[in-house]
Amino acid sequence: MEKLLQYSFTGLSAGALYALVALGIVLIYRSTRVLNFAHGDVAMLSTFAAFALLSNGYGFPLALAGSLVVGAALGISFYLSVLARAQREGANLLGMVALTLGLALILQGVAVYIWGAEPVSLPFPISSTKTYRVGVVVVSQLALATMAAGIVGSLLLYLLVQKTRFGLAMRATSENLMAAQTLGIPTRLVLSVSWGVASALGVVAGIFLAPALLLDPFFMLDPFLKGFAAAVLGGLNSLPGAVVGALILGVAESLTGGYLTIQYKNTLAFIIIIVVLLVRPEGLLGKEFKERV
Amino acid sequence: MGGLLEVKALALHFGGITALQDVGLAIAEGETLAVIGPNGSGKTSLFNCITGIYRPSSGSISFLEESLVGRSPDAITQLGVARTFQNLRLFHNMSVLDNLMVGRHLHFRKNFVHAALRLRAEEIRHRRRCEEIIEFLNLEPVRKSRAADCPYGVQKRVELGRALATEPKLLLLDEPVSGLTQEEKEEFSYWIHEIRGRFRITILLVEHDLRVASRLADRMVALDHGVKIAEGTPAEVQRHPEVIKAYLGE
Repeated sequence: MEKLLQYSFTGLSAGALYALVALGIVLIYRSTRVLNFAHGDVAMLSTFAAFALLSNGYGFPLALAGSLVVGAALGISFYLSVLARAQREGANLLGMVALTLGLALILQGVAVYIWGAEPVSLPFPISSTKTYRVGVVVVSQLALATMAAGIVGSLLLYLLVQKTRFGLAMRATSENLMAAQTLGIPTRLVLSVSWGVASALGVVAGIFLAPALLLDPFFMLDPFLKGFAAAVLGGLNSLPGAVVGALILGVAESLTGGYLTIQYKNTLAFIIIIVVLLVRPEGLLGKEFKERV
Repeated sequence: MGGLLEVKALALHFGGITALQDVGLAIAEGETLAVIGPNGSGKTSLFNCITGIYRPSSGSISFLEESLVGRSPDAITQLGVARTFQNLRLFHNMSVLDNLMVGRHLHFRKNFVHAALRLRAEEIRHRRRCEEIIEFLNLEPVRKSRAADCPYGVQKRVELGRALATEPKLLLLDEPVSGLTQEEKEEFSYWIHEIRGRFRITILLVEHDLRVASRLADRMVALDHGVKIAEGTPAEVQRHPEVIKAYLGE
């Protein structure tokens, strides 16, 4: 029983980070119908930006803010300068997905060029060895902070999308671009902000993952795949689905790692996804957008 | 002239296909103009050019003396042009009220201080405008329903209401009564008529139903194969030999 609680907690804390990654993927998919394969690498490069700021003696809050700005700027400028233009020239969705893959490779190249491929450790103010005992469960300071980051990030996104006028414009744009335009919503602005917000969410995940994983130009690949899987599990166009999918994935992974063997951690997690998708192809909370013809 | 909207020598080509050719029309403020014509005659293409969805191959479109050619659809809406679609384009997963609130988007003051202080006055002002439209279009019973769950006739009303919520100077209605029952058509015609009186909006409408069109419009323009074949009062246009030929064949 103690073990079960312990593993579940560890899983939830990993799931919170997957949720941040998944939310970014879903936000972009919902608004532009593009699967952003550069999502992890935008976060990776921005985490390196934080690393650079920290190594130059700036404080952690400034480094965090700086990396968020870098991430958002990368997302927005990629959308405006590449994707929007490709769309105007009539690129199809698959072509645009390929463009995001290209961006991912470019960003990895840039990171290798500047910082090298050797893993470095990000000086992080929150300790992963300092632990607290809550009832029977032992939690590390880092795991708590990670969870807090996941909850705060998801909550802020929820408030933005559901409770603000800009969120209304975002929902309108993602549901029916043409109708939103004819109602006077500047859809290009709305979409670029969506890319910025989504990228910033990924950066938060990157910053909190770096201390546990060490920082190298490929460190976001695994978390990105997990976030993607979580998004698919939850239903690619559902924001709550992304969170639910991520938490299930995190816990499933942790339980397999704990009870079976650490080697099957990823395998079993993906088997669960396959099974869920066979039963519910639209994902747990997904609804396919249908257009009336 | 001094028209609200003036379209001159408008042409639209898709590859080798000509959708519109040398189309010209003008609407004076307060007028209702109907565009009629058989299927594929270019009526909706004309609308799409005016609202910025298509970019015309040549010709000019001016609204309040400003050119609309090359402007984005949202910029055109900001100048005061609203439209409905032939095949509805509602936000299906939003409530009826939220659909109308999206239409209010333009009129939200872009001021973060107000938003931060949560001054409700602004919100209330928008709500009031929406309530007025809800009452006018008799949408009260469905205000909280999801748009997708409403019957077709109601959805058409929601779309009309959403266009009204942008407070347009010119309203473009693309086949407003298509797919409605006879009774609903009567109701809808009444509302369109009322829009003129109550909101003082100039209306350009595309309509298949000639009876409805001639009842609502001051003037009519007939298109066939992308070319204007007649213009005048509803009675004149319907008697025009070219129009009869277009509708009935030789």
